[in-house]
Amino acid sequence: MSSIVASEAPAGSGSSRGFRFAMLLPGGLVTFFLILFALGLVLFLALRGNDGSLLGAGFTAGNFITVLSDPLYWTVTLRSLVIAGLVTLATVVTAYPVAYYLAFHAGRRRGLLLFLVTLPFWTSYLLRVFAWKIVLAYNGVLNSALIQSGIWSEPTLAFLNTPAAVVVTLAHAYAPFAILPIYVALDTIPKSLLEAASDLGARPFTTFRRVVLPNSMPGVLAAALVVFVPTVGDYVTPAMVGGPASTMIGTLIQSQFGKANDWPFGAALSVCVMLVILCVVLVTRSADRKFGSRT
Amino acid sequence: MSAARTENGGRWLGVYVIAYLVFLYLPVLLIPLFSFNNSIQAAFPLQGFTLEWYVTLYGNPALSGALLNSLVIGVVAAAGATLCGITVSYMDLYGRSPLAATISAIARLPVLIPGVIVGISLLILVNLIGLGPSRIAIVLGHILVALPTTVVIMRSRFAAIPKTIREAALDLGASDWTTFRRVMLPLSLPAIISAFMLAFLISFDEFIVVFFLAGTEPTLPLYIWSQLRFPRSLPTVMALGTAILAASFIIAGTAELLRHRGLGAKPS
Repeated sequence: MSSIVASEAPAGSGSSRGFRFAMLLPGGLVTFFLILFALGLVLFLALRGNDGSLLGAGFTAGNFITVLSDPLYWTVTLRSLVIAGLVTLATVVTAYPVAYYLAFHAGRRRGLLLFLVTLPFWTSYLLRVFAWKIVLAYNGVLNSALIQSGIWSEPTLAFLNTPAAVVVTLAHAYAPFAILPIYVALDTIPKSLLEAASDLGARPFTTFRRVVLPNSMPGVLAAALVVFVPTVGDYVTPAMVGGPASTMIGTLIQSQFGKANDWPFGAALSVCVMLVILCVVLVTRSADRKFGSRT
Repeated sequence: MSAARTENGGRWLGVYVIAYLVFLYLPVLLIPLFSFNNSIQAAFPLQGFTLEWYVTLYGNPALSGALLNSLVIGVVAAAGATLCGITVSYMDLYGRSPLAATISAIARLPVLIPGVIVGISLLILVNLIGLGPSRIAIVLGHILVALPTTVVIMRSRFAAIPKTIREAALDLGASDWTTFRRVMLPLSLPAIISAFMLAFLISFDEFIVVFFLAGTEPTLPLYIWSQLRFPRSLPTVMALGTAILAASFIIAGTAELLRHRGLGAKPS
């Protein structure tokens, strides 16, 4: 075999180089130009002053100083972190039993159930958020249903335009993100481990706490990350169901590139969000390693 | 005894899973429900059945323009994202070069970037290269958003093809290009179609990034967004939303079926 490969090599190497180049070109262009270069531009712009031109003027740390010194940005950042944290916690905790059922109890129904829990993932995010707007509105589904059933006598404004509405809506919108990573982690736990635990006298809950849960942590952390990242930067849900008290950091970034028209400052806010995400990724990585070493 | 206990636990979990699915689907299914309701308000009690809101969808030039835009952008972006997904994952698995591995790693990076930042970074980029917000800008943005999905789908498909098949082709004297085109691509065709369809869906439904990159011609989600300001047009939005949801369910369902098909004859 090796002799054939060796004899082929000289003839094939020219086209092989061409092949490699052609195969690396599309991905290389997209990743280096559209991802790395574009992110580099954001970082560059974040260090520029705003003079209305595309790339700003003069190098300055002023944007970051404003972000750090103005309590408004601390409040909004903290709020974004709390909302994204609550959403992440809610989605992961509610998704875990579903993933557990899929991995250990679903049997023949597994394929169908997996399909059903992933299907909403492929539907319009805007429509999923819009659905909550009609549920929570003053003249909406929830209010009218409560009045119809005689629980309340008049509609309440308490549902819409609250941070709680943002949490519920985001948790619903990103729920399908959390199930798959946890399911994959649970599904790859060797069944012999569970049998060994029960043979050694562990009660079901002990088996779960000492064997299943630690082994599924990589999936839980991956799920937390894929929910946390899009929610922390979201601006659609706060705009749709959150009201002014739910302004998130994504909302501020969006307005810097829109109405406020201060691109360098928006870029600086974006850099801060990416740094926060980087911290979360690093924490997740180290936690992952800790759990990974147990297996 | 222990078996009976887990059986019992499984039943309770089963009830929970059903409740979870209801929570997952109920809010979304309200959109079709109220799209047939004969009232401006989305509220109970239902006022009677009507197709009036669907009728208003016809003969609306702004809507059909947005639909056409979304379809064209979706097809082009899906083609781009699928091409990148195929080449990136193939080179990652078989290219044996650090560059290919790096590209593959970066290609999955957009998962860790919030959409708003993908949007503004591309907005800066397209302005810098003189393109400005436009349909091409949206295509670029949607290639990025769909890229992690197509890479993951194609990578797992290529990895599922037995290594011996590719080695046999190379041993029999097929060039890299012939092996890729005549052996590996046909074997992964269902996954390619699946990746294309899902990338199309991602683009078709995408709002967060497109918001920054659209010029004068909106896509369908942007059209919906613009209509949400007017309470009178909510029923029409729900009729449109119902049509979009139906299309999404059909496309995603077909893609899912395709993704799991075609490797049945896998040699052991």
